[in-house]
Amino acid sequence: MFNYTLRRLLTVIPTLLVLIVFSFYLMRLAPGGPFTSEKPLPPAVMQNVLERYGMDQPLYVQLWTYIKNIVFHFDFGPSFAQKDRTVNDVIAQGFPVTLTYGFWSAVFVLVLGIPLGIIAALRHNSIWDYTMTGLAIFSQIFPNFVLAPILVLLFTLSWGLLPGGGWNGGQWEYIVMPAIALGTSYMAGVARLTRGSMLEVLNAPFIQTARAKGLPERVIIWRHALKPALLPTLTYMGPVFVYMITGSVFIDVFFSTGGIGQDFIDGAYSRDYSMLLGLAILYSLLTFALNLMLDLLYAWIDPKVRSSL
Amino acid sequence: MKYRSAIVPFLLSTTLMTAGFAADVPEGTQLAADQTFTYRVLDEFSSFDPQVVEDVNGSEVVRDLFEGLYNQNADGEIVPGVALSHTVSEDNMTYTFTLRDDAKWSDGKPVTAGDFVYAWQRAVDPELASPYAWYMELMSIQNGAAIIAGEKPITDLGVSAPDDHTLVVQLSQPLPYFAKMVTHATTFPAPKWAIEEHGQEWTRPENIVSNGAYVLTEHVPKERSVRERNEMYWDNDKTVLERVVTLVIGDEAQGLTRWRAGEVDKTDIPSGQYPALKEEFPDQAYAVPRLCNYYMTFNLKDGPEPFQDVRVRQALSYALDRDVIVDGVLQGGQFPAYNFTPGATEGFEVPEIDYANMTQAERDAKAKELLAEAGYGPDGDTLSFTYLYNTSESHQQIGIVASQMWKQKLGVEVTLENQEWKVFLETRGNQNFELARGAWCGDYNEASTFLDLLTSQSGYNDGKYSNARVDELMAEAKSSQDAGPLYFEVEEILSQEMPVIPIFHASINMMLSDQIKGWPVNNVEQNWYAKDLYKVAE
Repeated sequence: MFNYTLRRLLTVIPTLLVLIVFSFYLMRLAPGGPFTSEKPLPPAVMQNVLERYGMDQPLYVQLWTYIKNIVFHFDFGPSFAQKDRTVNDVIAQGFPVTLTYGFWSAVFVLVLGIPLGIIAALRHNSIWDYTMTGLAIFSQIFPNFVLAPILVLLFTLSWGLLPGGGWNGGQWEYIVMPAIALGTSYMAGVARLTRGSMLEVLNAPFIQTARAKGLPERVIIWRHALKPALLPTLTYMGPVFVYMITGSVFIDVFFSTGGIGQDFIDGAYSRDYSMLLGLAILYSLLTFALNLMLDLLYAWIDPKVRSSL
Repeated sequence: MKYRSAIVPFLLSTTLMTAGFAADVPEGTQLAADQTFTYRVLDEFSSFDPQVVEDVNGSEVVRDLFEGLYNQNADGEIVPGVALSHTVSEDNMTYTFTLRDDAKWSDGKPVTAGDFVYAWQRAVDPELASPYAWYMELMSIQNGAAIIAGEKPITDLGVSAPDDHTLVVQLSQPLPYFAKMVTHATTFPAPKWAIEEHGQEWTRPENIVSNGAYVLTEHVPKERSVRERNEMYWDNDKTVLERVVTLVIGDEAQGLTRWRAGEVDKTDIPSGQYPALKEEFPDQAYAVPRLCNYYMTFNLKDGPEPFQDVRVRQALSYALDRDVIVDGVLQGGQFPAYNFTPGATEGFEVPEIDYANMTQAERDAKAKELLAEAGYGPDGDTLSFTYLYNTSESHQQIGIVASQMWKQKLGVEVTLENQEWKVFLETRGNQNFELARGAWCGDYNEASTFLDLLTSQSGYNDGKYSNARVDELMAEAKSSQDAGPLYFEVEEILSQEMPVIPIFHASINMMLSDQIKGWPVNNVEQNWYAKDLYKVAE
């Protein structure tokens, strides 16, 4: 297991290098640059600005400097758009915000989605099942950009219960709506997935055996059926959590959380090269870390996987 | 002999008045207990460093945190800031500012002329590489351009401090509107000691030293910033608002929702919603003139051949019904435009333009006639071209409406093409277009900020229009004490030659809580100062 982890960790380095080189050149292909504006800078001013950011150098030199700064100084460069701050500053401030409501959103997804799925499976083809399934489908057709305004309309404008946006240091009332808006459609996915796999497991021979042995239903479900039934949900949740964090762009903009998603959009529009690269690296590391965690989690849950590592 | 400029008598008289320039609260006003003003900004500020900041929202904050030589009053006229007055030499090349002796930095140090010298040198310093160095170049300060080009040391800049309260500025050419330009953030003083101690991080709330009516107390990038009353400010007694909070709200509709929920006092009105909001909130929905224009520019260098014919350009301009575009499409209180410079520009009188006074039916008839003369239309060739704009709903709507008008009235075939903002700028800047959208906002309140755009040497002249007489007039205007007639003639030439099609002059659409008073609605640059505002009780 240790060797496996180490092997996986070592593959990150070449992967990241390829990603950096590829993204670096790809970004530069887009017309315009960070200093292109409605009022073009006079040539002398432009020259000074380019020199200051080392952008007067050939591209491969810039790339090399960029990688060197990361490796030796852990410096992801200056932000071209937020001139008083570096990419490190921006990520250090915005990422915890996104991570916080992303985490609560994942909690919301699991805490609501899994029980809904289980209840639907246990009360298969009953009114409960139909209600749950209906509810899940209903939630799934609400993308976050439809749900978010509805939430604000209800909770902020109609009932005055929650602030319409902002973060304010991460107080709970500022987290509720972003977490729900971000998680609802995934919650529905989890519920349906759990229901499906629970039904499958409940019909599996080993459960029938357990029933034949006369085990109480409670023990059958909790001790024997739940763990295997959750495997597909886990598989689903890994990438979903990354999506939730990387795909939080809309939530960040709509609820003005100050999270990192906004920087992706702004970075692309303003050609903030170092910001975009920094975020690309952050997101790939995140994807990698979560995937690794999931694989290890599988191994813990499933002996078949464990033996193959 | 030196003479005092026109502004001085006014300055002297106002300094003698007891009422200050700060919030002017009428007697008997019931002030709100909580003097906090919260407003929405679209995105994160570029910087809080006066010499680095380049966005409008950032400049608003910087104007509160720092104070330059002059401020603007509610009508956009200059009033004393750190400087009490100035004198101008006979050749109009030397400005001597007298600074007040009670101005202090937020750490208690006095604000001196040396702080301005440091700041101005900093603004042109190639090492700081401020994009706004161009503004200092525009101010024609001696040696500014050479320093930016790296040919001279920053100490050669034509600005000096013979003593702590005297600032002398040497210009490379006379500039009649120079005094107006010192209300701009780039020219604000900078605290050398704080910058040297903290480097790039000097604008953080824990490090910043500033001399304005407010100090920065909190800043969460992309979320909020808070500025609070500066106890050290020389006119602090007259400041009424205690706190000013900015909330970054990227989504316009969401900004409006939060305004309705009372979370912000001021927000922008989403495109097209002004009439409905004005009806719902007559006292809180504003459409005020703004120093910006909107136009279409012909590519006169590499554009289609027909555009070289002035009759074609005129016909296309005449056939556009500006009233429909403004009242039917945009609905935001904009002003239909037949000339380039907004009428709201100080000292600028809109000239009598022939086609502006015709009815639309007359314009349409004239357009058909002109196009036929040029050999296009029903009896000639079909005129076709591409109209380029940057991706945005309102630009698209204008493009669609315009192309329909041209098609119906003149039989012109227009292809619409939109591009992402920076791609659009590159395309337009490299003359890879036929007809393109353009818009321009004044950098200062004087007509040359607009008309310079259409001179041959202007780096912003994307249509590559070139007229020797226009160049000559604009050069003359630089040093003229009364440039009005010169601008008049330029606008007349433009209306004849039609290198651009003016569409409208812009307005600012905003929702402003009726509790907030003192807003400078008449200041066309919309340069507001929180120290002039106050909040009344509900």
